[in-house]
Amino acid sequence: MSVLGTSIKRREDPALITGKGKFTDDFSVPGMLHAVMVRSPHGHAKVNNIDSSAAAQAQGVVAVFTATELEATGIPGVIPTVWLLPGIKTPAHTLFATDRVRYVGHPVAVVVAETIHAAHDAAILVEVDYEPLPAVVDPKAAVADGAPQIWDEAPNNIAFDWELGDKDATDVAFAAAATTATLELRNNRILPHAIEPRAALAQWDAENGKLTLTMTSQNPHVHRLLMTIASLGLPEHKIRVIAPEVGGGFGSKIHHYADEAITAWCAMQTRRPVKWTATRSETNMTDAHGRDHWSTAGIAIDADGKIVGLRIDTHAAMGAYISTFAPAVPTWLYGTLFSGQYDIPAIHVHVLATFTNTAPVDAVRGSGRPEAAYAVERLMDAGAAAAGLDPVEFRRRNFIQPDAFPYQTQVALAYDSGNYLPALEKALAAADYDALRADQAKRLADSSGNAKLLGIGLSSYIEACGIAPSAVVGSLGAQAGLWESAKVRVHPSGSVTVYTGSCAHGQGHATTFSQIVSDRLGIDVDQIDVIHGDTEEVQFGMGTYGSRSAAVGGSAIVKSLDKVIAKGKKIAAHLLEAAVDDIEFEDSEFKVKGSPGQSKAWGDVVLAAYLAHNLPEDVEPGLEETSFYDPANFTYPFGTHIAVVEIDRETGEIELLRYVAVDDCGNQINPMIVEGQVHGGIAHGLGQALWEEAVYDESGQLLSGTLLDYALPRAHQLVSFELDHTVTPCPHNPLGVKGIGEAGAIAAPAAVANAVSDALISVGAEPIDMPFTPEKIWRALQEGGT
Amino acid sequence: MRVTISVEVNGTKHEREVETRTLLVHFLREDLGLTGTHVGCETSLCGACTIHMDGLAVKSCTQLAVQADGAKITTIEGLADNGNLHPMQQAFWDEHGLQCGYCTPGMIMAATKLVEDNPQATEREIREGLKGNLCRCTGYHNIVKAVAAAAKAGAPS
Ligand code: FES
Ligand code: FES
Repeated sequence: MSVLGTSIKRREDPALITGKGKFTDDFSVPGMLHAVMVRSPHGHAKVNNIDSSAAAQAQGVVAVFTATELEATGIPGVIPTVWLLPGIKTPAHTLFATDRVRYVGHPVAVVVAETIHAAHDAAILVEVDYEPLPAVVDPKAAVADGAPQIWDEAPNNIAFDWELGDKDATDVAFAAAATTATLELRNNRILPHAIEPRAALAQWDAENGKLTLTMTSQNPHVHRLLMTIASLGLPEHKIRVIAPEVGGGFGSKIHHYADEAITAWCAMQTRRPVKWTATRSETNMTDAHGRDHWSTAGIAIDADGKIVGLRIDTHAAMGAYISTFAPAVPTWLYGTLFSGQYDIPAIHVHVLATFTNTAPVDAVRGSGRPEAAYAVERLMDAGAAAAGLDPVEFRRRNFIQPDAFPYQTQVALAYDSGNYLPALEKALAAADYDALRADQAKRLADSSGNAKLLGIGLSSYIEACGIAPSAVVGSLGAQAGLWESAKVRVHPSGSVTVYTGSCAHGQGHATTFSQIVSDRLGIDVDQIDVIHGDTEEVQFGMGTYGSRSAAVGGSAIVKSLDKVIAKGKKIAAHLLEAAVDDIEFEDSEFKVKGSPGQSKAWGDVVLAAYLAHNLPEDVEPGLEETSFYDPANFTYPFGTHIAVVEIDRETGEIELLRYVAVDDCGNQINPMIVEGQVHGGIAHGLGQALWEEAVYDESGQLLSGTLLDYALPRAHQLVSFELDHTVTPCPHNPLGVKGIGEAGAIAAPAAVANAVSDALISVGAEPIDMPFTPEKIWRALQEGGT
Repeated sequence: MRVTISVEVNGTKHEREVETRTLLVHFLREDLGLTGTHVGCETSLCGACTIHMDGLAVKSCTQLAVQADGAKITTIEGLADNGNLHPMQQAFWDEHGLQCGYCTPGMIMAATKLVEDNPQATEREIREGLKGNLCRCTGYHNIVKAVAAAAKAGAPS
């Protein structure tokens, strides 16, 4: 029986549960030095002078470097932006800040010392003469005339101004609508918080001019390429990037940062291995952050409760610099999702993206799609209320119907498949929606007034994963293709090693990819190994993010397997003296159709390929195939989540009572792993909704930069999630899979927000914005609650 | 300043000279090469560094190495018995209680102690007991399941 679709246990785990898994900081090499960055403590300041003489003389210090020394070596020294938009401003993001610092955390110097203690001690001896400047951290305030200017080339701090959809048609729809609803929305800034902070170990082989960089990376080839073209300038073949075990990424380990390149450059300068490991607060102030939007959103509805128009106007903070893929996040990964699961004839999206004196904002789990789902699903509840309909009924009336696929939205995307009602119905049944509503009504009717409020919130989200094809993303501004690679190497004895361009950091690819191979070749999973994360071993690959690895990386493997099987068929046909077209491959055997007994086993054909004693004329020896798979379209997972919260009217305290999730990610390769991804995503989304917020003060200080003041969800605050699924296979990839890594993070914030709004509105209070802290809830109840 | 300490780690006695400011977690990782114990923060709030010291689950980043002088320590590397996984390790594997695995050693060390102290722990008690350990990958769902399963496996039938 095929293992595809079964919950086999993960092969990654034995090393990780025994402490043998090796993460970047776990590697130490003889002669290794330690690097500590000296970072800007100011959100915005002029740098008048840097005096590193005392630090340089401190015990154990090997070198102190600043921009001056770096520039003198003539390397390009910048962090590139590799998604461009018309009119975008991309001021040079230098590895070290030079005459001005624009956010807290930007390195101004690095200390390299024999021990980590010596490096830390010396770092505080580096004297930097800063002249603080007025800062701006709020993207709305940043565009106001007279706001502090972060870049001369970006008047009013505008990085880009972007729109999508038909403004005129949308205005007409709003003017003609029977009813409309408008919301002011805040999507709070969050910190990615992979539990493993970023780290790098650089080894420089001066004789061969070769750099080996072990680092926390979701995409080692992309990091290598960016180091070649923008930061280090070393030839690509002279850089080896290795991503060993990586302790979570959630987007934060996609991007190119100064620290890893500086560490590499330090190894080149000192001719010694150099290790740099971020502390939690360093990783929090320098990892690209997520979200940070302020929006005005509206929905227009006709007399039958059908949506006729939707519009949104968003201020998006970009931070002080435009990070690696940042321009895509509040645009093509955001504006394109505004049709949600609904048939909406007119949509307009406008985004004003601004520089702010904060860490850059880039992709974090969901990247644009959580922000879109939040707005759309909040509007669905507001629209339902305006139309006098239950939120469930309002969604039902507006779903794109199953026979309408492929469905062209008004915001560029063409959904290839979907069937939204069954997921909604399943979620309602699992939650027992009617009973919840009855309970809610009972509590409201309680004459003592002491009953806690019940809030029920739905989120019928859509997401777009595996963004592609490359030609399309290229036309949208990507300076990269978004395909994936896979090499399938069949060894002479028939076992297989797969080299994948995907780069797992918790997703379990070694397990799931071996299931794909086992299914196709009919060999045991124990006969299959999966290699990733090393540019020296693996052909160029794009890496793991955006829920793309099963759909794109997995499909690349299938493509290579198909080539292996096709070659095997040729060899088998030759050995069996049959026509190639008459050979079928089944249960690990090449068989002549309709001639039972006429067959060659997998192992025999593989061995024949390597012996090469008797091959057809046009067939080369060996059995190894490489593919670069470029998908035909995005994939479109969807589902409905329901959050149930309880609110104490006296204190504003909120408790998550239940969380029901029905997701459709198409076919599932390993349901256990799919569920694990859903759990993690939900927790991420719940964190954003209930507790998490990266707060900067007016001067650009990150006030919630440590775990003392940034509230990451903990076990006792969450519940066990109630999961189910529907299966609508993706029609355009060979596995019928769509991606599931971000679904929870996309769906959950809106589900909780709608639950909180539901509870507040039930007593006449106004909806509020994330994170839903007891204080905010209490204030809302005081101000408006009856 | 440097002082000499002696500690027993995973059954092996070590005598080492350490700088007095060295944290226990760094001593374990750098001096003894036991890198299974991880570091996730500098505020003693993530639990990635959890070990057992003299019968208690301890965050090894909250201790100086010198404070461990004379102590008996077990780290994740010492939890399995002659290659046989501890029931908690087995349960984490069986229940998919880990994804990236970075929080896992600390989580397993905290969980073993939790179950030892309260073999009949309810879901609520497990969640409360693990609130000192952060995981960003699993949403704790399968971690809680794993701990419950390990408790059940260890329970006298
Ligand atoms: S390293 Fe975070 S608690 Fe010890
Ligand atoms: S498994 Fe990744 S942090 Fe817990």
